Amino acid sequence: MRTYISKRIMYMIIILFAASFLIFCLYALTPGDFITGNIKLTPERKEELREIYGLNKPVIERYVTWMNNAFHGDFGYSLSQQKPVLTLFNQYIWNSFLLAIVSTFLTWLVAVVVGVVAAYKQYSWFDTIVMVALFAAMSIPSFFIGLLLIKLLAVDLKWLPPGGMLTTGSNATGLAYVKEVIHHMILPVMVMTLLGVGSLTRYFRSNMIDVIKQDYIRTARAKGLKERKVLFTHALRNALLPAITLVGFELPALFGGSLIIEKIFNWPGIGQLYMQSFSLRDYPLLMGFTLFIAILTVVGTLVSDILYHVADPRVRL
Amino acid sequence: MSTINGEATKAYLSKKSVHTSLWRQSLRRLLKNKLAVFGFVVVAFMFAACFIGPLFSPYTDNKINMAFMNKPPSLKHWLGTDVLGRDVLTRVLQAGRISLTVGLASMVLSVFIGSLLGIIAGYYRGIVDQVIMRIADLLLTIPSLPLLFIFGALLSEWKVPTDYRMYIVMLMLSIVGWPGLARMVRGQMLSLREREFMQAAIVLGLRDRRKLFNHLLPNLVPLLIVIATLNIGGAILSESVLSYFGLGVMAPTPTWGNMIDAANNMIDFQEHPWLWIPPGFSIFATVIAINIFGDGLRDVLDPKQKR
Amino acid sequence: MNSILDIEHLRTHFKTDDGTVRAVDDVSFQVRQGEIVCIVGESGSGKSITAMSVMGLVEGPAGRVVGGNIRFDGEELLKLSRNELRTIRGNEIAMIFQEPMTSLNPVLKIGEQLMEPLIEHRKLNKKAARKRAIELINEVGISRAEQIADSYPHELSGGMLQRIMIAIAISCGPKLLIADEPTTALDVTIQAQILDMLRKFKEESNMSILLITHDLGVVAEMADYVVVMYAGKVVEEGEVVALFENPKHPYTQGLLKSKPIINQRQEELYSIPGQVPNPLELVPSCYFHERCAHCMEICKTTQPALKEVGNQQKVACWLYEEATANV
Repeated sequence: MRTYISKRIMYMIIILFAASFLIFCLYALTPGDFITGNIKLTPERKEELREIYGLNKPVIERYVTWMNNAFHGDFGYSLSQQKPVLTLFNQYIWNSFLLAIVSTFLTWLVAVVVGVVAAYKQYSWFDTIVMVALFAAMSIPSFFIGLLLIKLLAVDLKWLPPGGMLTTGSNATGLAYVKEVIHHMILPVMVMTLLGVGSLTRYFRSNMIDVIKQDYIRTARAKGLKERKVLFTHALRNALLPAITLVGFELPALFGGSLIIEKIFNWPGIGQLYMQSFSLRDYPLLMGFTLFIAILTVVGTLVSDILYHVADPRVRL
Repeated sequence: MSTINGEATKAYLSKKSVHTSLWRQSLRRLLKNKLAVFGFVVVAFMFAACFIGPLFSPYTDNKINMAFMNKPPSLKHWLGTDVLGRDVLTRVLQAGRISLTVGLASMVLSVFIGSLLGIIAGYYRGIVDQVIMRIADLLLTIPSLPLLFIFGALLSEWKVPTDYRMYIVMLMLSIVGWPGLARMVRGQMLSLREREFMQAAIVLGLRDRRKLFNHLLPNLVPLLIVIATLNIGGAILSESVLSYFGLGVMAPTPTWGNMIDAANNMIDFQEHPWLWIPPGFSIFATVIAINIFGDGLRDVLDPKQKR
Repeated sequence: MNSILDIEHLRTHFKTDDGTVRAVDDVSFQVRQGEIVCIVGESGSGKSITAMSVMGLVEGPAGRVVGGNIRFDGEELLKLSRNELRTIRGNEIAMIFQEPMTSLNPVLKIGEQLMEPLIEHRKLNKKAARKRAIELINEVGISRAEQIADSYPHELSGGMLQRIMIAIAISCGPKLLIADEPTTALDVTIQAQILDMLRKFKEESNMSILLITHDLGVVAEMADYVVVMYAGKVVEEGEVVALFENPKHPYTQGLLKSKPIINQRQEELYSIPGQVPNPLELVPSCYFHERCAHCMEICKTTQPALKEVGNQQKVACWLYEEATANV
């Protein structure tokens, strides 16, 4: 087990290095940068700034500098916001986490309950309706459902705020602040949950269908256990097991998806920050974000692997 | 248990159906799945409407008509008109041509690249496998959305003519799409290699190419058909996201994604919903139909991989 | 002896895409107290479905008991609600299965799985249940009971798991134990141990056993009474000695002939020609007629009924009908 993990970690580091280089090259390749795009600067001033930020050096050299700094906890300096990238991350990432955690929790809750019931009543009306609804959830473009819900619930019905995290100009504190944030969260969380719930529920449903057919479920029933116990103790545990590996994949996907959701709902998170910096070609920030998700992906895969080994008594080493 | 009868029935059925081909049998089972048939009908309808429909529209010339600006749906213009007085329904259908073409083409491309590399990796293994799969791992590590955004930005910076952007968007989507596919195909290859019939082929001393084409590939085809179908939906979704953010196909070439771009204008978003809701629902209807049909296909062709 | 289980005209059907399969078709027999009844038949003969029908565990919605009576200890099981039936399952009627390796939940400890019926039916608290579980593990002849209780199923061998299954089955002192091919998946030496153990518990507690098997050796070893099933129907039944000495139905005769006998090496072992008929294409006839050496015209068109032919032996075959009819 230990050699397995250390092997995986080695591989992970190599992949991350390669990924960071690729990311760097891609952004370095993109013509135009924050300085070029700024029409207020004179050509001489531009040259000066390039010199300061090292933008006129060869790509490899710039990469080495970037990585070297990154190892010292310095991911560069945002040119548009005039703040260190890490400071900005720290400022925005928690808002993204808030959305991610709440919607992940809701997604799993809905997926487990609906998946179990649908599997138990396979081929029933309930099951068919659930299946169609899940297909719908999986097939709708995230930005479109976001826009549609804003139009319906915020613009037309005025039940919910159309975007942001706080009402403009609000200075609520304490409980009122929490209430306001929750009020603003409802729409983005709804959309994120909707987007995630489709595949996860289908996954649970098919897992449960497989599990329910197993001999040990028949044994549990033959023992005269209550159906609730058969489903939620005997079947669900086995169906949840492979799903644990998904936890690791969930987070990077959520942050990836946050680009769209946070942009649509004007949520002050890291995805929104990315989209802002993208139109300004603020490379240090863009690279930082992309690398951040790459790290999440790699670590997530490793965590999934380890979790699976920990959770399943059969493969415990 | 029910499997006892199942076995007997199955044994009997397989005996009976030696002469009716396996494909025919699959088709018959597919036709029994009403939901899948419905999905197929909707997809076929969307394709037909987008490729043939505009021929029947009196507004295909997209003439700018200032007298009919931003008119809500009426008998004359079923889905209203846009800011330039163009008929929205006609534009949605014309946009559908592009969106469906991009979806279809990028599917073909990524399935081609993905399955080719996956087959090579899974069949030859060793160093070839290592190189291909490490590249796939690398591409899978980098989040696809930022990757697509960078490509989109590159296109804009390089001033790629809008007519060509469509083709480059197809290419971009397949670059992002192939690694997952290759991984899946490779996994399938590895498990097929281990099966008895393959070992029989080795024992018989069959040559490489013969083994590959006569024994392995036919077993992969059902999986590939399923993946390909589901992939069209994914590609249409990705294209719409890119185009919505102005990084994919751009006006004046209409796609469903860049038509929803109208929603970025506060007034159009609030006052003229007929500009952006129809293309959104078109995407939704097409993708859900493809997914339902693809799922039905999977049940028939690849019952082991149910998820 | 009074009967503990009384099955009358039981019919269980399965709906498939290609038609209805009459898996159990008008089956009647009895199990008396303290008796071991064996159901013998090829796979697909409906013997397992009969057992599952008694347990109320036929897999719906495709499978359903469509008719007949199942009286257990004087109570009509088919009329009970799901919940009432559940309180009998695992409590008064227990069951063990063919595959011990897959019949226990892989993610729960042995001890937990043993405790469940005790908590459910005997209303023991956790501590008492665990104590009883450990006693039970000892009773089925496994040492280091404490340690075993804390293991997971994959850590034990098939023979040990089947003992655990037996321990679970007897934990609530059932009046009837249904054993569906309990030894088929095990090594020969282990088979004998498991059968001995079943007999021992039967003797100690005077419970009845309904043993389902295709192995005539097991039948000879265990049974008091034998029921032979073919294509969902009972074709012959009788006391074990009578039936073995004087099998009436050509199918039973074939089964006994195809069993190897020590010291009588034949050139070729006998096997019944042909195959079990497709359950979807059964027409009124003796379902065995295509494979029967004594097939007559009537066998192809009319189904023979199960008739008494002597000392507690019944057979469904036109050969004997005719004999009585011609008298």
